[in-house]
Amino acid sequence: MSQVPPEADLATQDLPSDERAMLERLRAGDAAAFEQLVRDHGGRMLSVTRRFLGSEEDAQDAVQEAFLSAFKALDRFEGQSRLGTWLHRIAVNAALMKLRTRKSRPAEHSGDELLPKFLDDGHQATPASEWRDGGLAALEKAETKELVRRSIDALPESYRIVLLLRDIEERDTDETAKLLGMTSNAVKTRLHRARQALRALLDPHLRGGL
Amino acid sequence: MLSCRELVEFLMDYCDGELPPEQREYFEKHLACCPPCVAYMKTYQQAICLGKSACKDEEQKPPKMPEELVRAIMAARQAK
Repeated sequence: MSQVPPEADLATQDLPSDERAMLERLRAGDAAAFEQLVRDHGGRMLSVTRRFLGSEEDAQDAVQEAFLSAFKALDRFEGQSRLGTWLHRIAVNAALMKLRTRKSRPAEHSGDELLPKFLDDGHQATPASEWRDGGLAALEKAETKELVRRSIDALPESYRIVLLLRDIEERDTDETAKLLGMTSNAVKTRLHRARQALRALLDPHLRGGL
Repeated sequence: MLSCRELVEFLMDYCDGELPPEQREYFEKHLACCPPCVAYMKTYQQAICLGKSACKDEEQKPPKMPEELVRAIMAARQAK
């Protein structure tokens, strides 16, 4: 699978002038422009690949692969999106490629323990209660943001990847299914479990607020 | 009457507006008399919002690109 999304319809004149100028320098082989592109966009791409891969080494490898793929594809970049958006998608694809090819990691928990339990009569075994301030006011706090990110990182890989693609990257169900080689129904089932698991990880912290 | 287990099973379809009207009615009848399921649904939706917000926030304040990675990418570009 190519890591570079197709760019077809629009011409580069639709880009802001600074990006058009950057693109011209890149296409002319200006080494300083390549370095500037890496410095300007690398950090954001690294935060994306870290989310998908967990391992810092793999995340950095994926960013390197993403840039090398992007450099090769510069002639095909036609300005359908901003350079940053294009690079972001390439970074996601590079992370997915890395996930497919890396050695399998030690067996992790299935995530079943994070799904809600029910009594024989169908009632919730541990009745849910609402989060203080809806949890959202707490998000203003840096520690809550960190807690949420750590909770996403703690999801089993099979849950985390689907949640990242659907809820964070906002890819639709069919595209996610295609990227992961799954059926759309399997993506829906896994996404629902992933959301429930994330809720379960946050619940003990947000019931009483932070 | 829908059970809590069934409600949770179909929660995503309900939130996405994908339940047929008849099932939606059963769903809402259950919610009207089950505060724990209302709380479950709200916190489920809030978990999604929190996840989106925390990740977007991180993208707006990205980590610094490690210098050695910048160098490695530039060297790999030269080598190709």
